[in-house]
This record gives sequence, structure tokens and C-alpha cells, in this order.
Amino acid sequence: MAINYDLKNYRPVIGLEIHVELKTKSKMFCQCSADYFGKKANTNVCPVCLGLPGALPVPNKKAIEWTILIGKALNCKINLVSKFDRKHYFYPDLPKGYQISQYDQPFCQNGFLDIYPEKSDNLEIALKERKRFRIRRVHLEEDTGKLIHQGNETLINFNRSGVPLVEIVTEPDFSSSLEVKRFLEELQIVLRYLNVSDCDMEKGTMRLEPNISVRKILNSNHPIPSRLPSYKVEVKNINSFRFVKQAIDYEIKRQIEVLEKGENPRQETRGFDEKKGITYSQRLKEEAQDYRYFPDPDIPPIIFENEDIDLIKVPQLPWENLINLVKNFSLRYIDAFILTRDFNLLNYFLNLTNEIKKRRIKELITIEDLHQKIANLIINKKTIIELNFDEVINKIKDAFIVSPIDEGLLEKVVKKVIINNSKAVSDYHSGKENALMFLTGQVMKETKGKVKAIKVIEKLKTILSNK
Amino acid sequence: MNLLGKSLLELKKLVEKKELSLEEVWDYFLQRIEKYNSKMNIFLTVVRSRKGLPIAIKDNFCTRGIRTTASSKILENFIPPYESTVTKRLIENEFYPIGKTNMDAWAHGSSTETSDFGPTRNPWDLSRSPGGSSGGSAAAIAAYLSPAAIGSETAGSIRQPAAWSGVIGLKPTYGRVSRYGLIAMASSLDCPGPLTLTVEDAAYLLQVIAGKDEYDATSLSQSVDDYLKEMKTKKKFVIGIADDYFENVDEEILEAVQKVIKIIRNLGHKIKKIKLISPKYAISVYTIIQRSEVSSNLSRYDGIRYGRNRDFFGAEAKRRIMLGTFALSHGYFEAYYKKAVKARQLIIDDYKKVFHEIDLIFAPTTPVTALKLGEFEKYPFFGEMMDVLNEPAAIAGLPAINLPIGLDKNFMPIGGQIIGPWLKEADILNLAYQIEKETNFFNVINQGLKKWQ
Repeated sequence: MAINYDLKNYRPVIGLEIHVELKTKSKMFCQCSADYFGKKANTNVCPVCLGLPGALPVPNKKAIEWTILIGKALNCKINLVSKFDRKHYFYPDLPKGYQISQYDQPFCQNGFLDIYPEKSDNLEIALKERKRFRIRRVHLEEDTGKLIHQGNETLINFNRSGVPLVEIVTEPDFSSSLEVKRFLEELQIVLRYLNVSDCDMEKGTMRLEPNISVRKILNSNHPIPSRLPSYKVEVKNINSFRFVKQAIDYEIKRQIEVLEKGENPRQETRGFDEKKGITYSQRLKEEAQDYRYFPDPDIPPIIFENEDIDLIKVPQLPWENLINLVKNFSLRYIDAFILTRDFNLLNYFLNLTNEIKKRRIKELITIEDLHQKIANLIINKKTIIELNFDEVINKIKDAFIVSPIDEGLLEKVVKKVIINNSKAVSDYHSGKENALMFLTGQVMKETKGKVKAIKVIEKLKTILSNK
Repeated sequence: MNLLGKSLLELKKLVEKKELSLEEVWDYFLQRIEKYNSKMNIFLTVVRSRKGLPIAIKDNFCTRGIRTTASSKILENFIPPYESTVTKRLIENEFYPIGKTNMDAWAHGSSTETSDFGPTRNPWDLSRSPGGSSGGSAAAIAAYLSPAAIGSETAGSIRQPAAWSGVIGLKPTYGRVSRYGLIAMASSLDCPGPLTLTVEDAAYLLQVIAGKDEYDATSLSQSVDDYLKEMKTKKKFVIGIADDYFENVDEEILEAVQKVIKIIRNLGHKIKKIKLISPKYAISVYTIIQRSEVSSNLSRYDGIRYGRNRDFFGAEAKRRIMLGTFALSHGYFEAYYKKAVKARQLIIDDYKKVFHEIDLIFAPTTPVTALKLGEFEKYPFFGEMMDVLNEPAAIAGLPAINLPIGLDKNFMPIGGQIIGPWLKEADILNLAYQIEKETNFFNVINQGLKKWQ
């Protein structure tokens, strides 16, 4: 969608709420499996997640640990005293009439996530260009059941009810849909590094709710007022990063149009129509809903010692690996960036280079830009990571080891190529430089790339000029 | 053999010695239920388990495959697919439900009159209430339709009906007995406990149902004492008496309590005056916390499941839902709920301080003896008034026991209570057992049973 208005006088203000289902073995407060996908409706349930009379929640320790792990990875302060609260609202997919969530003492608060540029000439520039987005809180709650509308009937499937759900709330630090998209991509990668969620947008294990408002500024030199706009629009039901971007762009345009008319956009919740690429009004939110939060009396407060928090170890995160790859493996920034996008690629790279070092394969170790070469190999052909090390090391040997070639053999091959490509030869003589490159390529092919191109060119030139 | 008035443990011994068959026991009680239940409306559901020894279960404990209503029309047809931890532990120990007892709907009340299935009548005087909310369980023992019963207390719901019906009622420390499968009234207070004819039975049943439960995060992990053994060592205690617990209490009850205090002193215990925060403050704290939790706990009955919509809530439940919803509302939360939680802590600290000086507290259980049916309608906070002497200990989560200590001029039972520190059930039972041995509870229980030969 093209945006045909002047952003100069407006500044979008965007915040995000991101829900992520954890892939723990069991649900948040009972022993049912948290893996509900594809199961027959209402078979993955028990008295607790059905909210039957008398049933009680017992919190899942792993889910709490993983929430703190997420918080640590997002540079949050971890609250040593935390609790679960009841959030009340009536909806058919909420069997207790309240959701167990966290209100004023979430597990994690006040963090940030740095977003590095995708491309950069070097690390120093990248560090200067990185953007920091603040995280307001990370808390843990339970997922709801799912409503299925069939004609005039609505059915409820409680298989998902009670699956651990982490909510990550950012500060309204984003001013463009692109920033949002980059942030979400990075967050998804971080969560996959932590191995706590599949973050599968299609399956709904990662859900996004941007809230968007636009503020008018007098001109770009004028300082931006610190006060937020008096309204915000929340967009729900978005299931891809691309759609988030579309929805935000649409909203910015729509809201500016309203503001241009001298009106104030309404505070509301809107849905997103994927086919049309537009948002539509769902419900007005003029009055804040009163959820009547209070501490869940069924769950005692969760109290940690600092040592407990220290025991929760964050693995090396994408940007730490990025720096490592550039600094210690001398990779180009862009390639290091690509490798760190995918935990599997990165791991394969690190393990493979380590293996080569361990095996002391002299002819490989001596290759000057071996790491960059391996990186290129992995990036260009990602399926390579399915091979075992013996196979891949042989491949690398074939590709990169330059063994001294018999001068006589080279001459033989060059002569053969010259005889077989008389057109190219006459092109060369008539001054077409490309012809030389073509012939070089032919020789390289015949010698299976074991001779450096420069040497081939040299030989070609000598023989051709002797003719 | 005449089984009338035999305690649960006596029956157990007779069965073990093969002097009595389980068949005979079940026939005996089922026949009595057949004969008397309609007069008093004690059991909402009779269960012919005919396995193990029979025990009456308050109808707010989920029993697998057995209708469980909490005496509310909302759950009139609710058959739980799972077993509460309390009934599960009873069954594991060969005690099977003989019936589900009537109660105030959702345990909201102190007279069993808010039951949607009609009030239970007091076996001592059918025109009076047996107390509540565990009124059915208390009456089942007083009329000997079951040798023992399980009730639940939020603030008084075991002790008060035990007092009004002239039986023993033990409310354990909050968290000592699992709440899993107990239909929640106020979750931070609810506490299952036994109602029995003897102190030994109470100790024995507590032994069976107490202990950590992986299904209840608020259940306590401390090991369970050997109550039966520990209660028989005749320990000497310092007993605290708080004047505030004697205010606005009927003269006849005061006299009975004084008589017991004298007996306690004669048994070699020390009596010590103590000062506690007046129970009247506990009423406010309790009312706010309980209503708030009730409004939340009842929100699952939204009309979508269980086949009944919200119109089926009775007046008392509606009142509590509204008050609790208000107390938790934005802008009022700080003024009510938060303040109540702070005051609750003050009451807990007050008890902590006092229990440095004394071992146990003795007090009347109720300000009056059993009232006539219908009285409760005159007072919107009837329960709070009847339970005024039970609420401070309940909001502090303390264990306590009601003991029959006499009869008033209307021939209605009077109850006295022993309150103990957290997890000191063994001490409470120890003193209760000493009083029982010394007085046989002034023969109250036997006199009550005479009416129901």
C-alpha cells in the first residue's frame, strides 16, 4: 500500500502487546499437555482448565522460569516478589469468569531490546545505528479456550484453555511500521534462541496487538511534546509480520485523515481484514473496562532469592553472536547478521568451524578466509546443515583447497579449450574482453576449480598471444 | 447390638473384631435416614455406598459420579467427574459417603436456611436452625444419621453449627487440609474439617484428611502430627481468656463457659487474661475479603455451563456478588479490599503476639444458642453476627474446635471453643480430650441422641 501523505507534520506513536504461548510440557496450572494443536476438541482438558467447581490452579514452575528467562534476555528487572492476580471478564471461552494473570507485580519489568541494522559496513557503524526499544513488562498468564462459529452455532473448544501465555508489553517507542516489523522479527528470533516458544504466527503461538496513535507536530524542528496523544487504537487478530506492517500503515493514514479534518480519532479496538488490507472498527473503548484485579487467593505469592534468578541462564543472544562472528571470525557484518537470524545455522557454523579446528585439518586451517567461505557456503545453501561433518568437510576440501596443478596439464587443458572455442578466441583477438572471461571459465570448469583464476588468465594470455 | 451413639472409631473396632459387619452398619444408618431424614432435611442425596464405614459429606465437596450441588439450584444437576482430595483420602482409608448434607447455598449463611432445597432442622428442636453453613453435617451427627461428618468452614461454618447442634466440630489451620474439590466460597479462608461425637473421632479424621496436596498450592507442606497419640499425653497449658470474646454473649452461655474455665483450672492448667483486638473489627475485614472472593469465585457460573443461568442464584448469593463486585471495583479497591488485607495482617500479628504468652485460647463459640428458623431473615448480616466469635480466628487461619459444654433453659446445646496457634491442632485436641474425659461434655451428646432412638 502506498502512503501518499506528508508525514512531516505527524509523528506516529506505536506500542506493542505480544502474546507468546510457551511450549512447556504441561499447561500453566494443571497437568494437561500444553501441546493442544490438532487434538480432538475438548479431549485435552481436566477439572482445572475447565474451571470446574472446586478445582484449583497450581502454577507451572517451568513456565515461571521461562518467563524470567525471557525477561532476562530482554534486559528486564526481575521482581523477587511476584504474584498472580485474577482478571475478571465474562466471555464464553473463559471458563472461570476470570483469567489468572499478573497485574501490579509481574515477573519482569523495565527492559529493552536493541535492534541492529540488517546491513552495515562495519560493527562500529552498526552499534551507532542500533535502536533501543523499551519493554514495559513481561508477565505470565493462562490462555483461553477457543470459540468456533458454525452457522448459527458457536462451539467451545477448551483444549487451549490454560496453556501458559507470556505477555510482552513495550513502551510506545515505535514511530514506523518498519521499526515494528524489525522489532518483532528480532523478538521472534530471541524467543527461538531461548527455545521457550515456537512463535508460530499461523498456529497462533505468537500473537500481536499494536496500538497506534498519531500526534501532530508543528514542524520537524519543533521539539516533540512528551505527552502522548489522548487516544489510541488497538488492532487485533493479526497473524503475520507483513500484516502488522500493513495494518499500521493503514491506521496511520486513516488517523491522519481524521486529524486533517480537524477531528480526533476514536479510542477503539479494530480488527484487520487480510484480504482488503484494511482495519475495521470492532468495539469502542471509551471507558476502560474494569477487570477488578485482585491477588488470586489460590496461589501464594512467588518469592525468589537473587541466587534463584542467577541460576536461570540466558544463552548467547543474536547480537552477542553477531559481534562474536564479526570480531573473532572476521565475517562480513551482513553475513554474520544472516547467520545469527537462525539459531540452527549459527550453531552449525560454530560447531563446524570448531570441528575443523579440533581435527587440525591443516590444508583447511591455512586457508586465509576460511570462516567467511564456510559462512558463504552455509548462507547460499542452507540445506548443507543437514549433512554430517565428514560429508561437509569433504565438500569444503573439494571446493576450497587449491592444490598445485601440473603446469603441463594446465597447458594441455588451455590448449584444448582454445581449440574447442574458436569463436571465443577470435572474439578475444578482435578485442572483446568478455571472451577471455568465458575461456577462463571453461578452463576452471575442466580443472574443477583447482587452479586460481588469475593463473588461468595468465596462461591463456600467454598461449593466445603466441598464436 | 444397639449402635446408637457409637463413635466412628468404636464402629471401626467392632468391625475389625468382626463383632459387627459393615452390612449391619450400613443397614442401620440407611434405615435411620429412611426414617428421620424427611423430618430434618439433612441429606440432599443419599448414597448407598455399602462399602467401608459410612461418613456424611457436606454437599460442597465434589464426589465423583455423585451429584454435588452446594445447595444451589445452579448446580442442581451437577455430577462431578472428579473426586475432591478430602473424599479421595477418606475413600482410600475405607470411609465412603453415605450422603451429601444440606448447607447454606454456596456456604453463604449460618443457619442452613439459604439452601435452595429448604432448611435443615435442628435435631434438638425441629423449629430451630442447626446453624450453618455445615448445618446438615452437624445435624447428621446430632441425630445420628451418620457416625461422623465432613464440613467446611470459612468463618464459623463448622464451629457454629457444631455448637448449635451439640456436637464436636474441628476447624483446622488454613492449608492443613486440601481445598481441592471443595466448591470455593472464600478461597483464602475455606477449610475442610470433621464434625464428630468424640474428640478421638475428630483427631482420627483430621489425621486422614490432613497433609500437603499437590493439587492445592495453598496446602501446607509441614508433616502431619500423630494427633491420636499426642492428644493423650495430658499436657499442661497456659489458657488465654480475652474479655472481648465475652461481650454481648448470653448469660447462660457465659455461665457455662465459666464453669468449664474452672474445670480447666482444676485440671492443672494456668488461666491468663489476655487482650486481643476486638472481634468486631474482624467482622468488617471478613465481610470485605469474603464478599470480594465470593464475587470472583461465583463468576464461573455464568449460565454457559452447568445448564442453569444466573437467575437461579438465590438472594443471599446475589447480595454477596454485588457487594464483592463493588469492593473490587476500580476506585474502591484501595478503600476496601486493600485496607481489609492490611487489617487482616494486624489481626494475625495480634494473635502471634498473644501466642508468645499463652498456649491456647478458650472462649464461647456463639453469642446465642440455636435460633428459631426464620430469624435470619431479619438481619442482612445474620451470619457475621452469629459468627462474630469465630471470625477473628478464621481470618487469621487459626485452628479451633467446638465442644458441647451444657444446655440452656430451652434444652438447647451451648458450645465452647478452644483456639490454638497455627498447626497446633494436637494441642487443641489434647485439651479437648482432657475436658471430654473429665466431663463427658456434661452428657450433652447422649441427651441429644435420646430423642432419636
